[in-house]
Amino acid sequence: MLSGGDGPGAQMAMRILTRMAHVHAAAELMDITGAHIDSTIYIGEAGLEFAERMAGLGARVQVPTTCNVSGLDEHHWQEWAVPHDWADKAYRQMVAYQKMGCAPTWTCAPYQAEMRPKFGEQIAWGESNAIVFANSVLGARTERYPDLLDICCAVTGRVPAVGLHLAENRAGEILMRLTSVPHSLQRDDAFYPVVGHLVGKIAQDRIPVIDGLEVKPTEDQLKALGAAAASSGTVALFHLVGVTPEAPTLSAAFQNRRPAQTIDVTMEMLRAARQELTTAQGDELDLVVLGSPHFSLAEFKQLAPLLTGKHAHPRVRFLVTSSRAMILFAKEAGLLGALESFGGRVTVDTCILATPMLPPEIKSLMTNSGKYAYYAPGMLNTRVTFGSMADCVTSAVEGRVTRDESLWQAR
Amino acid sequence: MASTIDVIRGRPIVRGRAEGIALVSSEPISFWGGYDYRTGEIIDRRHPLSGMRAGGRVLAVPFTRGSSTTTAVLLEAVRAGTAPAAILTTGVDSFFALASIVADELYAQPIPIVALEPSDFARLKSGEHLTVQEDGTVKRLE
Repeated sequence: MLSGGDGPGAQMAMRILTRMAHVHAAAELMDITGAHIDSTIYIGEAGLEFAERMAGLGARVQVPTTCNVSGLDEHHWQEWAVPHDWADKAYRQMVAYQKMGCAPTWTCAPYQAEMRPKFGEQIAWGESNAIVFANSVLGARTERYPDLLDICCAVTGRVPAVGLHLAENRAGEILMRLTSVPHSLQRDDAFYPVVGHLVGKIAQDRIPVIDGLEVKPTEDQLKALGAAAASSGTVALFHLVGVTPEAPTLSAAFQNRRPAQTIDVTMEMLRAARQELTTAQGDELDLVVLGSPHFSLAEFKQLAPLLTGKHAHPRVRFLVTSSRAMILFAKEAGLLGALESFGGRVTVDTCILATPMLPPEIKSLMTNSGKYAYYAPGMLNTRVTFGSMADCVTSAVEGRVTRDESLWQAR
Repeated sequence: MASTIDVIRGRPIVRGRAEGIALVSSEPISFWGGYDYRTGEIIDRRHPLSGMRAGGRVLAVPFTRGSSTTTAVLLEAVRAGTAPAAILTTGVDSFFALASIVADELYAQPIPIVALEPSDFARLKSGEHLTVQEDGTVKRLE
């Protein structure tokens, strides 16, 4: 491949991969069985030039490969504030990755429908929330593949044999104990982005082990925890004792090693973390947005009864970001009607952070996503309030931010 | 004439020569949502370097955090001429390395990336003049 026998596209991919293997001092390359490409997000001319160069040189993926969100909701972008020039270029980037053989899934949560790797499977995934979910919840093995390298792995079918691909590097490093968190809060959706935000901040690039959870979290709660931890920190793998597959026990999570640090997570720390996810001061509200990572079928099921018989305040927009596939499932399950009557909208293929869809008059937004809450202030120059899904719906109806504080007041 | 006050031996992750004013933080950074490649400004409002311009500077941060789109943003910055002149980290940061390698492939413009021992990294100060050499040597100048 490196000598060009598989064509110049594969050669370029292998050249980049080999240089990265040297950076990591990898002993060898290893085979993968799948890839998820984050490079699909349109950032600017350079990423597009890279994609079109690779596609034009004949690069083709060697393993089943899904696409992360793109820079465009391909069929609905004109309903929003996306400039034409952006749409043209983002679309060209979508075409280039499809030309290389990637499946047009356009989602940051491929693990909930399009591609769900098995325990122990070696994969090359981009997109921080997808990486942490695949490693932690599914027990598949991926490093944190950055944009531009993910596609090189897919085109060569190989990765440097380093990091989280190797069992010995997957042991927990720090221990975070939930000591006094009431069950009622542990069962609440809003708990998971908050604890994830805190875990990411404390763990940074170390592998955290979370102990003391006394309820069984749902898949979407684990998704929310991981996404938040991968925003505030560099978490690519967490272990939740008794829940995630590599952590049946505390000692298994640490592979019988000792934690480098032990932190008791108090309610005070959780309240502070929750507060950090909110930058808005007052109660003004322009947009409620749910679905980062992309909304799942289970989340649509949870949302629909909250919306029934209600209508969003005329001043407030209500948006759910999800994938093409999930919208089809939700539609078949009859879950979109309630959203429509509520006055809500759906965006697919992308999200508010990956496409310039929001008009400038949107200054204050509210979300139940730790990831949206983390990134929105800097990337969109908006004020943000974090709240539970129910808080988000209530606020959309009332036209102003309102949150139920009762679960967070325990000592 | 500036005189050398300190010589640090780092590990060259992507080789190259550069010099510039240091911009230093012990906080890791995400370029996605944290770096505006159109201006070279650090825009993560939670980061201590928020509001600073890193274009042409020698940026010293321990490692990247968060989004895997950091590499793409750094590549855009190279193309737009707003990238740091060099990047110093404490460990091997694969995101910075990759962006630099692809910048070399596409534009023949790699950014020198050097990994320093944490104790050496701790000596760096924002505002001082740094030169980075092919072999990973970093000189602090008066």
